[in-house]
Amino acid sequence: MKINLKVWRQKNNNTEGKLVEYQLDKISPDMSFLEMFDVLNGELTKKGEEIIAFDHDCREGICGSCSMYINGRAHGPQTGATTCQLHMRSFNDGDTIVVEPWRSRAFPVIKDLMVDRTAFDRVIQSGGYVSVNTGSARDANETLIPRSIADEAMDAAQCIGCGACVAACKNASAMLFVAAKVSHMAVLPQGQAESTERAERMVAQMDAEGFGACSFTGACSVECPKSISLDHIARMNREYLGAKLTSTNVQG
Amino acid sequence: MNLESKIPEGPLAEKWSRHKFGLKLVNPANKRKYDIIVVGTGLAGASAAASLAELGYNVKAFTFHDSPRRAHSIAAQGGINAAKNYQNDGDSVFRLFYDTIKGGDYRAREGNVYRLAEVSVNIIDQCVAQGVPFAREYGGLLANRSFGGAQVSRTFYARGQTGQQLLLGAYSALSRQVTNGKVKLITRTELLDVVVEGGKTRGIVTRNLITGKIESHSAHAVLLCTGGYGNVFYLSTNAMNSNVTAAWRAHKRGAFFANPCYTQIHPTCIPVKGDYQSKLTLMSESLRNDGRVWVPKTKEDAEKIRKGQLKATDLTEDQRDYFLERRYPSFGNLVPRDVASRNAKHVCDEGRGVAATGLAVYLDFADAIKRDGKKTIEAKYGNLFEMYEKIVDDNPYEMPMMIYPAVHYTMGGLWVDYNLMTSVPGLYALGEANFSDHGANRLGASALMQGLADGYFVVPYTVGDYLATIGPADKVSVDSPAFKEAEQHVSDMTQRFLSIKGTEPVDSFHKRLGHIMWEYCGMSRNAEGLTKAKGLIQDLKKEFWSNVRVTGEGDEMNQSLEHAGRVADFIELGELMVDDALARNESCGGHFREEFQTEEGEALRDDANFTYVAAWQFQGENQPELLNKEPLEFENVKLTQRSYK
Repeated sequence: MKINLKVWRQKNNNTEGKLVEYQLDKISPDMSFLEMFDVLNGELTKKGEEIIAFDHDCREGICGSCSMYINGRAHGPQTGATTCQLHMRSFNDGDTIVVEPWRSRAFPVIKDLMVDRTAFDRVIQSGGYVSVNTGSARDANETLIPRSIADEAMDAAQCIGCGACVAACKNASAMLFVAAKVSHMAVLPQGQAESTERAERMVAQMDAEGFGACSFTGACSVECPKSISLDHIARMNREYLGAKLTSTNVQG
Repeated sequence: MNLESKIPEGPLAEKWSRHKFGLKLVNPANKRKYDIIVVGTGLAGASAAASLAELGYNVKAFTFHDSPRRAHSIAAQGGINAAKNYQNDGDSVFRLFYDTIKGGDYRAREGNVYRLAEVSVNIIDQCVAQGVPFAREYGGLLANRSFGGAQVSRTFYARGQTGQQLLLGAYSALSRQVTNGKVKLITRTELLDVVVEGGKTRGIVTRNLITGKIESHSAHAVLLCTGGYGNVFYLSTNAMNSNVTAAWRAHKRGAFFANPCYTQIHPTCIPVKGDYQSKLTLMSESLRNDGRVWVPKTKEDAEKIRKGQLKATDLTEDQRDYFLERRYPSFGNLVPRDVASRNAKHVCDEGRGVAATGLAVYLDFADAIKRDGKKTIEAKYGNLFEMYEKIVDDNPYEMPMMIYPAVHYTMGGLWVDYNLMTSVPGLYALGEANFSDHGANRLGASALMQGLADGYFVVPYTVGDYLATIGPADKVSVDSPAFKEAEQHVSDMTQRFLSIKGTEPVDSFHKRLGHIMWEYCGMSRNAEGLTKAKGLIQDLKKEFWSNVRVTGEGDEMNQSLEHAGRVADFIELGELMVDDALARNESCGGHFREEFQTEEGEALRDDANFTYVAAWQFQGENQPELLNKEPLEFENVKLTQRSYK
């Protein structure tokens, strides 16, 4: 296959970036999208040019590192898949493909296609946990959790933290990411004790990071590689509202 | 040198509790006077960092990822073992211990493995309390499944994403300690040297991957939780950035490297397709619960399949050879990984492999779908089937999967004593980075168990003993000559990479190293091939240092430079692996020397001469390493020829 690429090149966060064109031939349709970038980087190296920086690691759709905005879609044309799971057979010979980094104020560009997603970590640090010290747990089977509840929790918990939801959203809202964690903890008995505080703190941190507001268009869920449902946003809204009504935090 | 394993005296079942009682404690008020560095934030690192911070120590946790949640533990699919015996099927701590020792082909320490089995039950409790959504039965109790090398169901799982859920659990505990101010999380930062001074570990030197800045960090103890070295083979199921650099640089500062040749080749991976391939994808071992492994009985049929003249489904039952079920009636498709892999290689070598390359066997779910219905199979393995379809573009509900063995895990690693301390005082190694619990072959669902056992339940006790011994004042400033020397060493290396300005990309050297390792030090090895490999690696090393091309600069984000450092270390490790494989004149577990096999082609151990841990000692650049032997003593199990018939 012949492919024309337009790739976002940006030296660092302090310099302006631009789209740069590259041509590749002899691309196999069985190649993954990132392997195509490996080939391109190999060619750049041979020419003595600097390689294109991009985040990637597991290359099997679970680490959440890869984050390319391909032809105007987070992780490209496939649904329910990450960039690393995209194969060149999804494109046609001679196609022009535009590749950009995630675009969001809360995810500043580090270099080329690489962005800083530590805002997500700070949201989790604000309350995305159960406060249980090592060694203080009781027997795992003492708390019964019906299968349907465990499944519901797992549906939310499988978020890979890639940020596609933010990239896909016209407001760059992180609601789906935050909701997935709030919802995961909210349906499980273990998460109950801190549920009020958790919803308040995580939403506050989300706002502080500069993510946009949610206008419930659903683009996030469509582009989510794990197809996490909008139901979780509904649950978080309920948790948050409940928290606001019952919170002991009188300072707001 | 005499290697002190520090395995406690006394009956097996009491060793750990007696040892814990004997360990020195640090007073709660004094814990805040100690600084601990944890490198790597996967299962072992995140659990250790969180647990130590909960105790009150000051922890600095380093990861080269942008977030702790990206560590490769996240990719573990199948599950985690624990001797809960919830299924009432005869499991016990002793049975898990026994299965693990036997599975490791009697090349692990009894004391360590028993402790692992003992704390396995606490891990499940801890993870459930954190909110890990393990699979459940309708009534709400935890569900289990079976894994290779065991005849009980003791594997806990969260769909096909168990590693992800366990890591997110540990990550949440770590995040809580970041908020509490007890963990300082340092991301996108890579360890490039370990600082040893006055016979003790003093800290580390790192490179900030965004700015390229070289920095020093001092501490009372350093924990390396940096994973395994499977990427020495280039193609493996490891993540692209998994590397040996932290362990290797520690090795060069005095930490012994144990059993480097013990590598695990996982039987069920998606076969290699083309030269451009960057990594291999694992299909969870849990699939062997329901999938049946087979190849055509005759070479002729296999050839027709390879040419596309026949499909798998065209062959009738009596034209198929379910070779694992035939050779191992009692364990069937659930034999341990090393056995399953070798058998797959064997039938492919006979010319009965499928796929265009001839390097694949079938994993067939037709019978399971007929028996349980598509819905049940989908519920159990849905995401794995989807993953397969995305990569191969073939529907495994209708056509059998094609699989082939691939490098997956490394049992070897830094030598540690019972306290998980390496041969350098104050330097610890946890999880896959150490060698301690899996012997010559790891059983499925045991890596997650070991990583979390080390981090949650072992090191929080043992590190206190060392700290109490040295005292809070025994720390060296980052301005001291030892740190300055290490910083200079790291900067010089960076300059050296950038100044070579050769013609070949780093990746190409990595690929070539991988070919050598897979060909001569892979699933089966022999003295002649290994000797040849040693020469090839030495040549490759020379060429690398004279012709590698690293683009960009040192003081910026530079993935080419990062990769160059890692490949340089892999090349040196590759040579040591070959030395180790050559020195071990026996077959055991994942180390299969063709010269040493039974008449039936099984691994033939030599217990009289090789019941030891090979701990290699660095002697200087381009010097042969020194082999130290730690004898393994077995008091509770009888060494037998492993049989899964």
